[in-house]
Amino acid sequence: MTRSGIWFFFSFFLYLLIQVMLLKNLVLFNTAFCFLYVAYILFLPTETNILALMVIAFFTGFVVDIFYNSLGVHASALVAIAYLRNYWLRVITPQGGYEINSVPSLEANGTQWFLVYTIPLIVLHHFILFIVEAGGFHGFGYTSMKMLFSVLFTMTILVILQLLTTERRRI
Amino acid sequence: MDRLLRFFYEYKAFFIFFFLELICAWLIVRNNQYQSASYFNSSNRLVANIVGFSNGVREYFSLRDINKELADENAILKTKLEQRTQSLYSLEVREIKDAAIINRYEYVSAKVVNNTTSLFKNFITINKGKDEGIGPGMAVISSKGAVGKVKSVSDHYSVLISLLNIDEQVSSVIKRTLNFGTVQWDGSDARFANLLYIPRHVKPMAGDTVVTSGYNAIFPPGVLVGIIREVKLKEEAPFYELKVELAQDFTKLAFVEIVKSNLKSEMDSLELNTIGEPK
Repeated sequence: MTRSGIWFFFSFFLYLLIQVMLLKNLVLFNTAFCFLYVAYILFLPTETNILALMVIAFFTGFVVDIFYNSLGVHASALVAIAYLRNYWLRVITPQGGYEINSVPSLEANGTQWFLVYTIPLIVLHHFILFIVEAGGFHGFGYTSMKMLFSVLFTMTILVILQLLTTERRRI
Repeated sequence: MDRLLRFFYEYKAFFIFFFLELICAWLIVRNNQYQSASYFNSSNRLVANIVGFSNGVREYFSLRDINKELADENAILKTKLEQRTQSLYSLEVREIKDAAIINRYEYVSAKVVNNTTSLFKNFITINKGKDEGIGPGMAVISSKGAVGKVKSVSDHYSVLISLLNIDEQVSSVIKRTLNFGTVQWDGSDARFANLLYIPRHVKPMAGDTVVTSGYNAIFPPGVLVGIIREVKLKEEAPFYELKVELAQDFTKLAFVEIVKSNLKSEMDSLELNTIGEPK
């Protein structure tokens, strides 16, 4: 296994532990959630096979579901993201394409590209998640409010994390 | 056949996607069924240990509140016990002699190790399970009021359906007018639930107490659920819209009591024999 392979293996557990031990308890104003585990799927290498991606997504979502007592809800949202991720990457390919073995990141691809890449996928993830969890479109106003604030919260943490890891690599 | 296989191969990503989503849908549906005995939830030992650890850290910050609550409850119980013994001195005859009726409800105390309040379907994990005789369907209360029902159990842990779960309904009664209704949460504010099916002719007021009815034999009758805060009656609507402030603040839940209803199976089998399968 290559070095980056080992890193992706361990970061799987890292993301999950942070999610279920820390972020699960961190709900701002009872409306804003942080689902950082989505980042694990978003920041796997660009050439990752779509089938592998979906299987990883399913297991990630499944483990999160066990902790949230919501079997299937997080898994379904994350599998959808994993399915669409590579198509979306292809649509927004920057000029000259991606470097081989590169990881989508703020550092390598620029802020604008990064936001275009992450925001739609995270919005979609949260949309599926909250709609499935609520079991339909009743109380849609409240659900969309939850969705909006959660997207903001998740994005903030995501960007902070990206900036932090960039800093470390420079040193 | 060859073309069919090629078709599947060409769209394999989509079919696997579809297949995984089908599994998810199946899991969601299965998980929603009440009282399913499932292994993949937070009553799983490893999972409960992990969430228990993070809850243990959090608990240090609320120890003072928890202590005070328990001391207050102790004081109330002691007063009640004293009143009861005093009244029994003068009372020659005890009204109920049947031991089965007297010991109808048994209480087991447990500690909350995991609790959410901000999802639509909230669950609570506690640190007592099958080994303490806890089974699916039992009611759970706290010193303040009703908390929920047991959903599934493992050897040492159980998962409860919180009152703050949009699927949970509790048969309740307005204490002053004795009218029956159903308390159900609407998924938004963790402090309030709705009391449904109170018909027009009743005159509920803000400040009325809502307690459990004891109709379903899960909850003992008279457990406090909450206090009515808002009364609305739309024109032409058959029922009131009542907002109930829950007696138990679910964000501060630390200790709960599981109610073992010893006569429940007798009541259920009697009802089953005479009325038939519940719908």
